[in-house]
Amino acid sequence: MVDVVVPELWPLIAYFLAVLGLVVLMLTLSHFLGQRRRDRATDEPYESGIVSVGSARLRFSIGFYLVAILFVIFDLEAIYLFAWAISFREAGMLGFIEASIFIGVLLVGLIYLWRLGALDWGGKQKSLEQRESVNANNGK
Amino acid sequence: MEAVTEPSVLATLLNIGGILLAAVIFAALLTWGERRLLGFWQDRPGPNRVGPFGLLQVVADMIKLFFKEDFVPKFADIPVFILAPTIVMIAMLMGFAVLPIAPGIGVIDLNIGLLFFLAMSSMAVYSVILGGYASNNKYALLGGLRAAAQTVSYEVFMGISLMGVVMMAGTFNLREIVLAQEGGWYIVPQFFGFLVFLVAGIAESHRLPFDLPEAEHELTAGFHTEYSGMKFGMFFVGEYLSVILISGLITTLFLGGWLGPWLPPLAWFLIKTFVLVVFFVLLRAAIPRPRYDQLMDFGWKVMLPVSLINLLATAAILIS
Repeated sequence: MVDVVVPELWPLIAYFLAVLGLVVLMLTLSHFLGQRRRDRATDEPYESGIVSVGSARLRFSIGFYLVAILFVIFDLEAIYLFAWAISFREAGMLGFIEASIFIGVLLVGLIYLWRLGALDWGGKQKSLEQRESVNANNGK
Repeated sequence: MEAVTEPSVLATLLNIGGILLAAVIFAALLTWGERRLLGFWQDRPGPNRVGPFGLLQVVADMIKLFFKEDFVPKFADIPVFILAPTIVMIAMLMGFAVLPIAPGIGVIDLNIGLLFFLAMSSMAVYSVILGGYASNNKYALLGGLRAAAQTVSYEVFMGISLMGVVMMAGTFNLREIVLAQEGGWYIVPQFFGFLVFLVAGIAESHRLPFDLPEAEHELTAGFHTEYSGMKFGMFFVGEYLSVILISGLITTLFLGGWLGPWLPPLAWFLIKTFVLVVFFVLLRAAIPRPRYDQLMDFGWKVMLPVSLINLLATAAILIS
């Protein structure tokens, strides 16, 4: 029933080499054709005309890290779903029930993150009234 | 499964050359077509001076880009800086390898074609984040980070939204998915899958309205601030290649690929893809840019649940 057909891969490899050739050609051509100039500000990063201060190796917002972690979690779970999607006819009713539970857990996890405020960019935003009441309490 | 006649070596080589050439030429033409269409919708002519209808503008732009300085900043991470634009170009062109354009036209028939496409489209994110980081420029860093977070967020449900199609066709092979649509296009039963994939596709290719990584009003040019000449050109062409690739894939997965009456298959494929590309341009002309937090909210809180529920509903209907 399961006959594994190993396709001939050489067209893909040939295509990859052609693509690689094209890219290398573009880079070398523009390297040799382009002009060269040197000015006082050539070696400064462009910051809309303002003299650059410090390095660009900055610390950045923790939010990006959080998104990356969420991506790893959800994308890994998506991979299990891929495997189920291709074989769900063979998996039958039992497989469907199991996958439903799996997706249910995923959705519950998503709602939990949502309630926690992990999906709000820049952290959970307090409402204006809350903030005002906090400010009022601090003022006392 | 009946035996597929093995195509000759010459035909395959012709396919390889033809598809590569066609992809690059169409992407280049799109840089002109987009400006003309935008001009049309904004009640101005657009580039119309060089050659008939301004068509040679593409050639003029190419010559200009080749003769511009190939600037590599001293403060950048030079190897990574050079590598970054090539990644997007290679990844997008490799994506075309699995696209079944018409019977007998296509580089290779992988039985994991869809997964191959998803892998290649995810590769493009490296290009943006590496380019942004290696530039050693604050704008570029911010643009690169934004691009990474956005692409990664929309990546999650891009794959899930396609699994409904995979379930209905029972295969990852794109050619077989097209053949399975002879009874009816998948856009009807998989309408939510189509919508989610369309949005994810726009976000993946950083097209407006999801072009926050290069939002020029706040980040000058985002991740490619320090790029010039042909390296900038590669980012640029890479973006247009991804527009064509996503349009071609939507055609394949949801609009029945080359299937259609009267006209030859190749014509059908090109017409459907062209309509989608024009739609991408129309989106740019019609919709303003959202705020970054709105973009992330939309992805995680609307699109991800919709794609999961769509998957579950499809399975429930198919199994009963």
